[in-house]
Amino acid sequence: MALEDLFKVVKDRSKADTKPKTDAKTKKPAAGVEIPKGLLFKCPRCGTVVYRDDFERNKSVCSSCNYHARIGYRERLEMTVDKGTFVELDPGLASLNPIEFPGYEDKIAELQASCGMKEAVITGTCKIHKYNAVIGIMDSNFMMASMGSVVGEKITRAFEYATEHKLPVVLFTASGGARMQEGIISLMQMAKTSGAIARHSEAGQLYVTVMTDPTTGGVTASFASLGDIIIAEPKVLIGFAGRRVIEGTIKQKLPDDFQSAEFMLENGFVDMIVERKYLRPTLSKIFRTHNYTRAEEYKGGAGA
Amino acid sequence: MSDLTATQRLALIREKGRPTVRDYIPALFTNFLELHGDRHFGDDAAIIGGVGMFAGKPVTVLAQVKGRNLEENKQSNFSMPHPEGYRKALRLAKQAEKFHRPVICLVDTPGAFCGIEAEKRGQGEAIARNLMEFMTLRTPIISIVLGEGGSGGALALAVCDELAMLENALYSVISPRGFASILWKDASRESEAAELMKITAEDLVRFGVCEHIIDEPDGGAQTAPDLTAESIGDYLADAIPRLKALDTETLLARRYDKFRKIGVFAEE
Repeated sequence: MALEDLFKVVKDRSKADTKPKTDAKTKKPAAGVEIPKGLLFKCPRCGTVVYRDDFERNKSVCSSCNYHARIGYRERLEMTVDKGTFVELDPGLASLNPIEFPGYEDKIAELQASCGMKEAVITGTCKIHKYNAVIGIMDSNFMMASMGSVVGEKITRAFEYATEHKLPVVLFTASGGARMQEGIISLMQMAKTSGAIARHSEAGQLYVTVMTDPTTGGVTASFASLGDIIIAEPKVLIGFAGRRVIEGTIKQKLPDDFQSAEFMLENGFVDMIVERKYLRPTLSKIFRTHNYTRAEEYKGGAGA
Repeated sequence: MSDLTATQRLALIREKGRPTVRDYIPALFTNFLELHGDRHFGDDAAIIGGVGMFAGKPVTVLAQVKGRNLEENKQSNFSMPHPEGYRKALRLAKQAEKFHRPVICLVDTPGAFCGIEAEKRGQGEAIARNLMEFMTLRTPIISIVLGEGGSGGALALAVCDELAMLENALYSVISPRGFASILWKDASRESEAAELMKITAEDLVRFGVCEHIIDEPDGGAQTAPDLTAESIGDYLADAIPRLKALDTETLLARRYDKFRKIGVFAEE
């Protein structure tokens, strides 16, 4: 090999090194093979690439690092509640534009069309292993499930309904925090939801939080942190301040596991980390130990 | 009433010499005793807590501490509390409940501190806990925003029966700079954000967030701190007996409703 060729190899290697490092480890086919978009899933935690079909069959969990990926509310409902038992509460609520933020209405309309939901949270009644419960699911596809008036109102109403009907509440949290586009009104939703939880709690009812990816900001600083029992999914992001904000303050890079579910468990802010496949039986156990009774004998089967 | 724009008020509340709780506490309360610590981790100098007398009756005071100079600011972390600050506030609020004395919160913070230790000790949980516990605290709570009311860090001392704001104070979901930087990816559009966000006392009265505006002298509280303290005192002298006259169940129902009705949405 000529000397200049050797340099070329080294140069190519160093070029390869500057590419996202995950590429090297992945099972991505050689360049030149056309892969239809959406056929593959690349794990944002470990970089492993798998076929989307396999990934979805695995409840959208990374088979390599066990990261529990973000899923839409339909998928979540299907894997959580007893088939055919979900009845939506307050489906007609939609956002307005309290501070007249330019373009907010258009953005909402766009998301309503693309996500097939009116706002970032779906609430309703359901059965889980035949236990009656109120359920709320935040969907990060809708403006990172930030909390504005509608999210705050629906969650408040869900707790008020559960208080009145003596039902437990299970909330799947995911959020970028308060919705800036609604100004101070969004901040007030933190107080409003916390008030409704206080009443539900005083009535002796159970509230279980399931923290999913990502649970941050004003949602962490309100209803997400107020569960009697707090469950987190493996490897998800949970925190108050944004990572970049903290890095900007302390002028250094944060470790990868900072603000993970595991970090929160270690520091005493979640009760347990539960994999998706074990969530239904875990909830069932929790309902049982809180003296809720089954509507009828449970014979198995999830699916909305 | 102030005819200053939000941007002008923003500049005004950042002026050196604007009075802080270190000026207001001695001016408003007699027999003040500072009480330290959250009984779990430590003491946070960003929040002063204590008991004192107002108009001859005991009150609990919870106050966010802006510094009047760099030295004071370093000591009180620029009024950005850690979780132990919020937990101290909650401990003292519970104590106030036990002894049936009103809680006076003086809010003046850019926001809760964002850092590794704050996350480790549960900044989110600490704020959340205060929101829930203050909502059902069986004694009157009055919050007064003195300058900056920054986000959840302010709200953790502002779940109350009545919120008052000094005329030039601002209260917002995020700082105008943060707003511009997140929504427009351009922090230099701070002033445009301040105008758009509707964060002045008058805006907040309109939204049902603020109940009362306390006058400031021309040029702001800094031109006459004593006069401003007197105006705050006049407000408290009116509000405390008014809230104490309510029976506890009515008080709590009103507090719940105050926040319950905030929200702007359409319903089919």
